[in-house]
Amino acid sequence: MISRYQRRKLVNLFNLGIAVLATIFGVFWLIWILWTTLRYGASSVNWALFTQDTPAPGSSGGGLRNAFVGSLILLGIAVAIGAPVGVLAGTWLAEFAARRKLGAVVRFLNDILLSAPSIIIGLFAYAIIVDPSGHFSAYSGGVALALILIPVVVRTTDEMLRLVPGSLREAAIALGTPYWKLVTRITWRASASGILTGVLLGIARISGETAPLLFTALNNQFWSTSLDHPIANLSMVIFQFAMSPYSNWQSMAWAGAFIAVAFILLLNLVARALLGRRNRKA
Amino acid sequence: MKVSEAARDAQPIAATADKKSAGPRARISADFLFRNLSAAVAMLVAISLLGILIALWREGWDALHHFGWRFLVSTSWNPVSEHFGALVFIVGTLISSAIALIIAVPVSFGIALFISEMAPRWLRNPVSAAIELLAAIPSVIYGMWGLLVFAPWFGNFEPWINDHLGALPGIGLLFQGPPMGIGMLSAGIVLGIMIIPFIAAIMRDVFLITPAPLKESAYAMGATKWEVARKVILPYTRTAVTGGIFLGLGRALGETMAVTFIIGNADNLSASLLMPGSSIASVIANEFTEATTHLYKSALLALGLILFVITFIVLVLAKMLLLRLDRMEGRKA
Repeated sequence: MISRYQRRKLVNLFNLGIAVLATIFGVFWLIWILWTTLRYGASSVNWALFTQDTPAPGSSGGGLRNAFVGSLILLGIAVAIGAPVGVLAGTWLAEFAARRKLGAVVRFLNDILLSAPSIIIGLFAYAIIVDPSGHFSAYSGGVALALILIPVVVRTTDEMLRLVPGSLREAAIALGTPYWKLVTRITWRASASGILTGVLLGIARISGETAPLLFTALNNQFWSTSLDHPIANLSMVIFQFAMSPYSNWQSMAWAGAFIAVAFILLLNLVARALLGRRNRKA
Repeated sequence: MKVSEAARDAQPIAATADKKSAGPRARISADFLFRNLSAAVAMLVAISLLGILIALWREGWDALHHFGWRFLVSTSWNPVSEHFGALVFIVGTLISSAIALIIAVPVSFGIALFISEMAPRWLRNPVSAAIELLAAIPSVIYGMWGLLVFAPWFGNFEPWINDHLGALPGIGLLFQGPPMGIGMLSAGIVLGIMIIPFIAAIMRDVFLITPAPLKESAYAMGATKWEVARKVILPYTRTAVTGGIFLGLGRALGETMAVTFIIGNADNLSASLLMPGSSIASVIANEFTEATTHLYKSALLALGLILFVITFIVLVLAKMLLLRLDRMEGRKA
């Protein structure tokens, strides 16, 4: 017969043990997935991957050049649209609507948009661009990705600008600085690394997105840089090649996955380092 | 036009300043421009949700109109005879998400508890970062890993599940079927792994802001760490924890690529979790490019509308629960 005290200690020990196991469980999957992409992916990376286009079904050789270039083009369109829109909207939230009801509503809706399924964003881009124009195109894919990037940038911009001390604003206003100059020259500058972090994290988020491209940019087996046509991109190629029965395609999918994961992890590390430096300075 | 209006509005103020130079007037209209441009962009972001709703409604209207309310309750999905019903996919979405939550919620709680209360300071950040990185891995890579690595491995356990869980009366029906590795259960498990970082991050954050005096008083009364977690931290953060779980659910409901790879893509309902199924997102992803007729495409977009409405409700609930905690914090500060 154990005492009440001993039983409480046992329960405590047991449950804390479970918590440790849960943490190991979580980290275990990360390691497993990273290890798999490294093992199958790194061995398939070679020079031809960057100099040749995607091979035909069942054939050997080939590379992913068109997919890399296509992905970069899509990212470029998304950032060109999404970054300015996101920064401006975030600026409005933090500088002009920090204490207004409307600001709270916009912030709320932005958070919903941030978590909305990416497949829905893709269908939206299909409905407003692809369907009226009658064909799949690179720019519709870029717009879909921009719509996913925007809420990420809005949120970080908003948060970072609100961290800028009010005294800085008051000092500028006391000197007669117009508000637009105050924002562009002082608060934007004070939070530049934070805003940049937001954009980087947004890019990391969209560079692996596949679902929104299914209905917009589609895929292209050949080299194409035309914005008006379907364009090859890494995530769609990974999807198509991984699902295929051809071993050459599958190993190429692993190589693509490895490069995508390496790129995204790198972006995350850079973003973290930027934030870390910021926090130390503050 | 806006600029001239701005100049007119600005006139009285500008007049009180230096009359000769154009400086103050130009300055004030630049302010006006900047403020309104950013406001317009922010409004655009806010109304895009409404835009999504309208666009999906318009595109899916033909199917919704054609089948009426039966679209929601019919289990038949036949592109050849053009008979479409959404029930199989709605049920598939809910079941796979439910499995994901059953796995992710307790694990996330354990992780959050470990990070916030148990881990030594030097271990806190690396473990947090590792869990957050789980969210950074693209869904298509989860799917590929799930199909080519996880499913074959998991298939080894399915005969065991068949023999033991499948033999149980009642719930045994859920666990019978061929050991293929892919299917509803595998999809749910992978989904669970994918949403752990979202739920764990919120739980960790709210556990960390639980006021120290509250915890310390419990410790001073001789409570064990588990008792503090269970009877002090959890009740204090209950709304936010629920909000975090809803946020994870929102993610799981709309997750596409990973599910498409693993769920098996069958267009019918089966009692067993080991059998292939479909979710709303997976059927859209799978069949969209094959949908050649207008009604077929419209039916898929109507499915998208249903998914959007479900996730929207879940996400609004999640945000409202989380906002309540923000307010609580604000009052304290």
